[in-house]
Amino acid sequence: MIEVRSDLCTGCGSCVDACPFGLIDIADGLASIGEGCNLCGACRDACPADAIIIQTDGEALSADDSYRGVWVFAEQQDGEIKDVAYELLARGRELADTLGTALSAVCLGHSIDGAGLIAHGADQVYLVDDPSLATQQEDLYAAELVRLVRQHRPEIMLAGATSFGRAFFPRVAAVLKTGLTADCTGLEVDTEKRVLLQTRPAFGGNVMATIICPARRPQMATVRPRVFKKNSPGVARQGQVVRVDFQRERVTARTRLLGFVRDIAERVKLEDAEIVVSGGRGLGKPENFAIIRELADALGAAVGSSRPPVDEGWLPYAHQVGQTGKTVSPKLYIACGISGAVQHLAGMQTSDIIVAINDDPHAPIFEVANYGLVGDLFKIVPLLAERLRGE
Amino acid sequence: MNIVVCLKQVPGTTEVSIDPETNTLRRGEVKSIINPFDTYALEEGVRIRERYGGRVTAVSMGPPQAAEMLREAISCGADDAVLLSHPAFAGADTLVTSCTLSQAIRKTGEWDVVICGRQTIDGDTGQVGPELAEWLEAPFVAYVTAVEEVTGSTMRVRRMVEDGHEVVEMLLPGVISVVKEINVPRLPSLRGLARARKADIPVWTPEDIGLERDTVGLAASATKVVRVFFPERTRRGEMIEGDPKGQVEALLHRLRSAGIAPGRRDGDD
Repeated sequence: MIEVRSDLCTGCGSCVDACPFGLIDIADGLASIGEGCNLCGACRDACPADAIIIQTDGEALSADDSYRGVWVFAEQQDGEIKDVAYELLARGRELADTLGTALSAVCLGHSIDGAGLIAHGADQVYLVDDPSLATQQEDLYAAELVRLVRQHRPEIMLAGATSFGRAFFPRVAAVLKTGLTADCTGLEVDTEKRVLLQTRPAFGGNVMATIICPARRPQMATVRPRVFKKNSPGVARQGQVVRVDFQRERVTARTRLLGFVRDIAERVKLEDAEIVVSGGRGLGKPENFAIIRELADALGAAVGSSRPPVDEGWLPYAHQVGQTGKTVSPKLYIACGISGAVQHLAGMQTSDIIVAINDDPHAPIFEVANYGLVGDLFKIVPLLAERLRGE
Repeated sequence: MNIVVCLKQVPGTTEVSIDPETNTLRRGEVKSIINPFDTYALEEGVRIRERYGGRVTAVSMGPPQAAEMLREAISCGADDAVLLSHPAFAGADTLVTSCTLSQAIRKTGEWDVVICGRQTIDGDTGQVGPELAEWLEAPFVAYVTAVEEVTGSTMRVRRMVEDGHEVVEMLLPGVISVVKEINVPRLPSLRGLARARKADIPVWTPEDIGLERDTVGLAASATKVVRVFFPERTRRGEMIEGDPKGQVEALLHRLRSAGIAPGRRDGDD
């Protein structure tokens, strides 16, 4: 039950603005909560006097069953939806179908269009279009997404683990006081309990852990780009676009974007490359990365790395492939002198063809490789480069 | 300028194995270290104090031996340190960890900036920083590569995004998480080591920070780990045997038949 303490309430009206359902009025200098309240807690969080008390019967042991539906936060940049949103819609579609519920996409931005999200699997798109949302403004985005969640109560909510998603989604989870699992590589559902089984590399990435959020809703997870494959758009797919009126004045933005400096473009961008050649600890020293670059040049490929060479400072972080680096999914991935810790595999195992070159026949990388070459990489790699150059 | 730096003690290696008998994790006897990303947070806190004055307080939640790590933080420039340590704190997920840290930070007094590392090397979530900001009702900027200027009420930073850097102004008090490009952490100074030896590091329990036992640790966590396992590899590939020359020829043959025709270049540069 919810109660307004008349001894504390100042009638300031903060709760009136906060209520996603517009159920609160100020009468005789006191807040009064109307019928239809679902105890979402927005007013309590907004109350500067702590005058709103919500009582529940201790910590609920099972989840609130009124939450339904799967949501995907569709991140956009300059009005263009990021691919990771489509990838999440592909997986979200399967989850929603298994649960027998609807799949919705939520997109915040300016001059955005929801048609692509429907074509990629959404039944419904909540579109929040406002000039103030043109750049990714965490405070505004988080407040609006929280408001929508409290209003519509999805049971599952997914976002891409981009630099923005990783910074902004945890804030939404903290306001909603629910669980969030980062960088999932697998998502399944237990249909009976409607529990999302979230699998991710754990303990530094050498084992996998399956994590659940049993009693709180929504169940939130982030997934790195290129972990799931997007579906090709179904142009005939039908769906509904719901335009949400954004009330800018309700939220204060405490950060301001002053400028953007584009990094000097790498010759081949790692994430977009069709072929990636990566080196690992087996190279022994930084100079030896020359043979990796040579092979990459011969293939028109990008250069990647496992974690140890980057930790050692042999090459910049931008080259790191893995759980803490970039996720790649090229047509061909050649791993040279990489043992294949789960942490690395998480960043490249969806590649179409994986070739592993390593002198240790027991290296785990061979378990994911389509083609394994046990041998001396200092002989094999230069020879391969030479042959590719047609020498 | 009151600066709080959050530190976590983590295993010095991420190699683990599973005990085949009990199917539990065997982490072995490994040395504990400061989470490497947090060393950049500490260094940046000390640098901000050197530029603008103030105090740097290091805060950690962990087992009693994490006090040693906090001494190390003092030897590297922190003024004070506080350890949150109690069996009830154990097993907290990021939501509860960030809530607990926020209570401790409030108890340290007025603060202007909280600095975290981008993520830990054992948990790898990067969630505690942004969740902490929310509990503190403060703004947050992630992946900071440079602190350009701090005034009484604002902080201008550079943050790393996918294809470049953004310059962002944040109102204070605020929370940032930093990446390793931001600085090169210093080694302990002799004076720092002497101070660290003598430092009194208070140990706070849930009661000390005004939290009930059932609002901390595993009991209060929203998420639960239900299974830990070594991944099964379903893809069984082909091992290409032979001498290097034979291996290379066989590999090229297979790649060509798979429709990848390496060697064709669209343009030399």
